[in-house]
Amino acid sequence: MTSLLPIDILLIAACAWLAVGLLGLVAPRNTRFISKTLFPLGAAIGMVAGFVALDSLGGPAQTAVLVIGLPDLPFHLRLDNLSAVFVLLLGFVSVGISIFAAGYFRKGEGTAPGLLCLEYHVFLASMLMVLLADDAYAFMVAWETMALSSFFLVTTDHRHEEIRRAGFLYLLIAHVGAIAILLSFGVMTGGAGDYSFAGMRAQELSPFWASVAFLLALAGFGAKAGLVPLHVWLPEAHPAAPSPVSAMMSGVMLKTAIYGLLRVSFDLLHTTIWWWGVVALTVGLITALFGVLYSTVQNDMKRLLAYSSIENIGLIAVGIGLTLIFHAYRMEGLAALAMTAVLYHCLAHSAFKSLLFLCTGSVLHATKERSLGKLGGLIHRMPWVAWLALAGVIASAGLPPLSGFVSEWLLLQSFLFSPGLPHPWLNMVVPVAAALVVLVAALAGFAMVKFYAIIFLGQMREPGLKDAHDAGTWEKVGLAWLALITLLLGILPSTVISRIDAATRQLLGAGLGDKLHEQGWWMLAPISPERASYEPMIFLVTIAATLLLGRWLVRHLYHGRVRRTAAWDCGYYFQGPRAQDTAEGFSQPIRRIFEPMFRMERHFPTARDAQPYYSVKVEDHFWHWLYLPVANAVGRVSTLIVALQGGRIAVYLMYSFITLLVLLLVARP
Amino acid sequence: MISISGLLGQAFAILLALVLAPLLSGWVGQCRAWFQSRTAPPLLLPYYMLQKLFRKDVVLAHGASSLFRVAPFVIFGCMVLACAIIPSLSTDLPLAPAADALALVGVFGLARVFISLAAMDVGTSFGSLGGRREMLIGFLAEPALLMVIFTLAMTAQSTSVATIVETLAHRELVIYPSLAFAGIAFTFVSFAENARVPVDNPATHLELTMIHEAMILEYSGRHLALIEWAASLKLYAYSCLGLALFFPWGIAPGDNFLALVAAIPLLLLKLAIGGFLLAGIETVNAKMRIFRAPEFLGTAFMLAVLGLLVRLLLESKV
Repeated sequence: MTSLLPIDILLIAACAWLAVGLLGLVAPRNTRFISKTLFPLGAAIGMVAGFVALDSLGGPAQTAVLVIGLPDLPFHLRLDNLSAVFVLLLGFVSVGISIFAAGYFRKGEGTAPGLLCLEYHVFLASMLMVLLADDAYAFMVAWETMALSSFFLVTTDHRHEEIRRAGFLYLLIAHVGAIAILLSFGVMTGGAGDYSFAGMRAQELSPFWASVAFLLALAGFGAKAGLVPLHVWLPEAHPAAPSPVSAMMSGVMLKTAIYGLLRVSFDLLHTTIWWWGVVALTVGLITALFGVLYSTVQNDMKRLLAYSSIENIGLIAVGIGLTLIFHAYRMEGLAALAMTAVLYHCLAHSAFKSLLFLCTGSVLHATKERSLGKLGGLIHRMPWVAWLALAGVIASAGLPPLSGFVSEWLLLQSFLFSPGLPHPWLNMVVPVAAALVVLVAALAGFAMVKFYAIIFLGQMREPGLKDAHDAGTWEKVGLAWLALITLLLGILPSTVISRIDAATRQLLGAGLGDKLHEQGWWMLAPISPERASYEPMIFLVTIAATLLLGRWLVRHLYHGRVRRTAAWDCGYYFQGPRAQDTAEGFSQPIRRIFEPMFRMERHFPTARDAQPYYSVKVEDHFWHWLYLPVANAVGRVSTLIVALQGGRIAVYLMYSFITLLVLLLVARP
Repeated sequence: MISISGLLGQAFAILLALVLAPLLSGWVGQCRAWFQSRTAPPLLLPYYMLQKLFRKDVVLAHGASSLFRVAPFVIFGCMVLACAIIPSLSTDLPLAPAADALALVGVFGLARVFISLAAMDVGTSFGSLGGRREMLIGFLAEPALLMVIFTLAMTAQSTSVATIVETLAHRELVIYPSLAFAGIAFTFVSFAENARVPVDNPATHLELTMIHEAMILEYSGRHLALIEWAASLKLYAYSCLGLALFFPWGIAPGDNFLALVAAIPLLLLKLAIGGFLLAGIETVNAKMRIFRAPEFLGTAFMLAVLGLLVRLLLESKV
């Protein structure tokens, strides 16, 4: 009897997800069966997939051929270290989301639970297939299945007009991206007609065609990941989708696009040209800065997180750009450092952003409210959600000792080395780009404080919030699982990096692993301890020890007495919930300092208004600069074409006849 | 390897920070009073204040949550860690590898996020105003601080604070233009980060101009004591960092006991001069509007970037 290879187990996992989805159709109205049996089953499959991927890291690549597909064009599958890192991410993060979803989806409007269960698990299985695909055909089929299943998930509440519009926008941009990816694959085959990835690896492309393939891949995968200017679907689709779906899309699906970009630029293309890195770095920086600035001024909690995802994708793109630059100059050690930062940020972001999206789901359930202006003080009613969200907030703000800081630290460390580049002006400009990365990180802190403080702290802004209840047990477990991943990624960076190092080594031929093994598991010193080191465990223990010792000493030497009374607030009498900062008020400094970055419609009250009010609406410049002109042009062209449509069949036959004549005239052999 | 003497030195450095920090605040207050022709408060006033506050009951607002009660301890812990990894007397600090200069910025960031969250917890108008402004100053100051650190890290080929200080201390005494730019930028940032004039006024009683004081309005008793202590630890940490980076002479290189003993009076002297200058600068400046702060910190950032470029252009052979 032959033992099962990891890739076989993963294939079985994909099939099992499909089967779980189909089981949902057996009893599409039985919410209890679906949520309490099928979703936990999906979580268990995710756990298996995660552990299999973890186990296969560092091993040789495995291939499999599925005999489905077109004749002579079977599906090629391959599990190598790069896929394994992303399968690991998909598996473990989906565990938390599926467990949460078990408590989240209820009877109600929109898609029937059974159908939802099918879409959700097809989505999971297709993401797994995207990561395993080893030919362009299988990749595109899985990629499109992923786009379609997520489209149906986004439009779960399809009775609302704006949700249908958001879904349409998402589908449109997903397809623009898919076309670019398809073209990129086409260029990479080099006209040989072999669409398997192995065939593409064997092609020697000229620098021009390699650049075309890279730029197409950057545009195509960038559309899925949310790189500016193709980011507009994120802030529309995320608020529209149910929270577990937003979490899955932001946490996992965006990473499949990053996976694709890494696969194309480091695996399928041999040559690397330094300016690719500059392009990726520039686009990444613009995306990160744009995303974080817009996330600080949002008033809808899910939109805020969506823009924050754009920011994180931007940071990842910055890391990819830096890796490309180092790789182009054959500085593989430094490229490995930057690549580790990229992979680590993918892992970190998928855990903490899913956590935060799920927290908004719990808040949404408890309050039926998504607008920050109508929330507040929920830490008193939802302590579990509030404290678990704090972990996500600290990680998202890039603060030690949680996961977001590790990747930011690695990224900044690799920036510090860029003066060694043998290029006259790159080594000047690139360190200054690090300053922008820091600005982005600091602004992310601002956005996260806003997010947390407005939702969970302060006084309740609406009387109805008093009835808010904490999340149920399933939801709590799901949140706690993701918070645990965030914590572990934060305090055990060395252990994690020595596992994912295999992927770095596969792509670049160099890794950080040897250096890390020389030191203890608690220390992260990618080059040498003299050069730079970070020990999150000691960091955490020192702060925790000071905290506990301080508390004990104060209680022991003095007392622990507490009295409760009204807030002081400099003696002001009026202390209603309206005296605190609103979401708009909190971000006022940003709107003022970065005014040209936003397109704002404001209404200021005047002294004579009977009912004075203030309102501000912040819009995306790109709508007006790019999307609306394009949409208008398309509209104009289609009105011209409408003129051709007479509605009479004779006219249409005439068109065919004329076309045929023209073709005969022009295309004579 | 971690030695016993290293551990003792580390414990001593932390204790010294805990003891000296309020004294430094007291000294600055005294100098300010002299500059402004006022009768100076006693030098030990901060200690009396801490003692008084620890004895008093904590008066919590009705709306205060558990986060509000935890935050002072977290902030205090962050500041103790910061003081532990900044070389004040000796560069032989067993805790130093736990956090390099980038992580040090992270420690300050963590403390800032917690104090801002705590400020917004009760839900009063001034609290949220202070929290928002603190985060504003934070995101303006952090890039400038990082650029300063980058300049120094490139000089020393390391981001470990101890290694940077050792490298800088053992160079011949030449004024490097990049260090000068970085030094000025660092001074600007320290003023903003420590809630000092011209960005904030630690002695203000005008609610609308406050940043730091507005955030801690609702705190009392031991919580307030810890926050005040943490604020003075932050001033001490920034002073020690500035002294260690730009005036590193006299800091003991390893477990040399004599050098360590000699470093103590030198540190006291340097801190005294630094505090005196701080009070002087605070006296001759007026507090600026909050929306002038971006210009102020933008200048700091530009200076730091200039320092970095000077370092890359002119001093890359050094």
